[in-house]
Amino acid sequence: MTEQERIQTPASDKKVETESIELVANATKNEQLKNDLDTLLDEIDEVLEDNAEEFVRNYVQKGGE
Amino acid sequence: MAIAKVLGIETEYGITGGPDGDPVMASSILVNAFARYGETKINWDFGDESPANDARHMPLLTSVAPIIESHLANTVLTNGARFYVDHAHPEYSSPECRTPLSGLLYDRAGEDVLLHAVRVANETSPGTPPITVYKNNSDGKGNSYGTHENYLVEREVPFPEIVRAIAPHLLSRQIILGSGKVGYETEYFDDLAPHFQISQRSEFFEELVGLETTLKRPIVNTRDEPHGDPERFRRLHVIIGDANMSEVATFVKLGSTALLLAILEDRGAEVFPPMPRTPVRAVRAYGADLTLRQGQESVDGRTRSAWDYQDALWTLCEHYVTAGHGSAVADEKELVLLLTQWREMLDGVRDNPDSVADRVDWVAKLRLVNGFKERHNLHDDDPRLRAIDIQYHDIRPEKSLARRAGLRTLLAPEAVGEAFHNPPRDTRAYFRGRCIAQYPNEIAAANWDSMIFDLGVDPLHRVPMMDPLKGTAELLGDLLDNATTAQELLRALGTL
Repeated sequence: MTEQERIQTPASDKKVETESIELVANATKNEQLKNDLDTLLDEIDEVLEDNAEEFVRNYVQKGGE
Repeated sequence: MAIAKVLGIETEYGITGGPDGDPVMASSILVNAFARYGETKINWDFGDESPANDARHMPLLTSVAPIIESHLANTVLTNGARFYVDHAHPEYSSPECRTPLSGLLYDRAGEDVLLHAVRVANETSPGTPPITVYKNNSDGKGNSYGTHENYLVEREVPFPEIVRAIAPHLLSRQIILGSGKVGYETEYFDDLAPHFQISQRSEFFEELVGLETTLKRPIVNTRDEPHGDPERFRRLHVIIGDANMSEVATFVKLGSTALLLAILEDRGAEVFPPMPRTPVRAVRAYGADLTLRQGQESVDGRTRSAWDYQDALWTLCEHYVTAGHGSAVADEKELVLLLTQWREMLDGVRDNPDSVADRVDWVAKLRLVNGFKERHNLHDDDPRLRAIDIQYHDIRPEKSLARRAGLRTLLAPEAVGEAFHNPPRDTRAYFRGRCIAQYPNEIAAANWDSMIFDLGVDPLHRVPMMDPLKGTAELLGDLLDNATTAQELLRALGTL
């Protein structure tokens, strides 16, 4: 996302500026998505908790609310 | 005329680590770690008591031992939020916000509050298992914890009308707002055994209406605690939502729900689509139907999918805004952004999910899960897929999968940074936050609807804040700027 697309929402008294967000139709979008996903999966391979089975088993919460 | 939809989100975070893996202890450590961080900003007061503190600058964090208290920790922040231990979770309740974008901003600031607390706590407790928190709603083992939204509603709207109007939205909005979940965890799904659900929360709901939040969870919660003038206001406490990592989803969640409540106040419940005959069955079935095609019979005999409901509700909102209404929720620009995003998400999830993988959490998560499964040729029940689900919600940037999933952002980082410290200017949270920042030693207690000052001589002075739209920068900014002491403030307010 580019800077222009961001919404500036400062807690100060500057006025909230809402830039319109446009989805650009892109013929190569599907190709792009696939490449993005491959890159993403490479990253997941790197950062995913090492021992997934133990990590999942140990993730136990008490009910809340 | 609809009243201003003052709103906010309370989030219970999942938590692991800490001494003996005790979640209550770990949560207390986080809240105390953050409170201590707050104190360092008013270090002149603690110079005598804490030899490690230097009056000229913040003490080195590593030099401060964690304070572990047996009672549940509770603190109010300078941004007007409350950060405390609820049951066995750290909970951040955002300050009262005037618009959906502001609500999103303070929800995001809350993630940074948790992140900061985690870092301080872990830096100051070497040797204990590091604490990690997750912005999610279930552990995959049948335990769920909440992300609750609050909306200011006119007291004179009868509660049954609220149920009638808002339930169709609360049970169908998950198709664009659900955070996604690998697998299932209630016996309701033993036969169907879905590999992936749209919502983290839907399968936990067992009633249409009720007071409970932990057992027999209701789609519409009846907790009547207005935190304001009970003659004029109601606070609708919505407990069914998922915690969103997507900023657009949080924004649309707050905006769509607030707008529909404004329509209810202006036009009554009759204009809303009719309820499903069996709402509980509908919310669960919609949550497990990745095709989004499955219909449920409504009380008028027609069959509607969650998508049909959302389409009808969006159209209702679009007509309302086009007719020049909606100022109770936001200005025109923000309303247009809301309607545009809501529409795109709705069409996207049905026609081309990839096009909204940058906004819809469950679509983004499912893409990771399916991609990983194919790449490594895994079975549906491989624990790594469940690990991806949990880690999607990890708030540490270095571990968070949501941060890597290419989600669109709506907020400038500087705005989030400012909201970490400063309150919104257009609700009573402004008064609360400024008082906490300026007179921390004179405040005996702070609550949503009052502040209690202790000037050191009896009696305590209570400043009521029964109207969420009073106490704003516009009304009290100058007064707070000029009052250098709490005594001056109270005198100017006429309390002394």
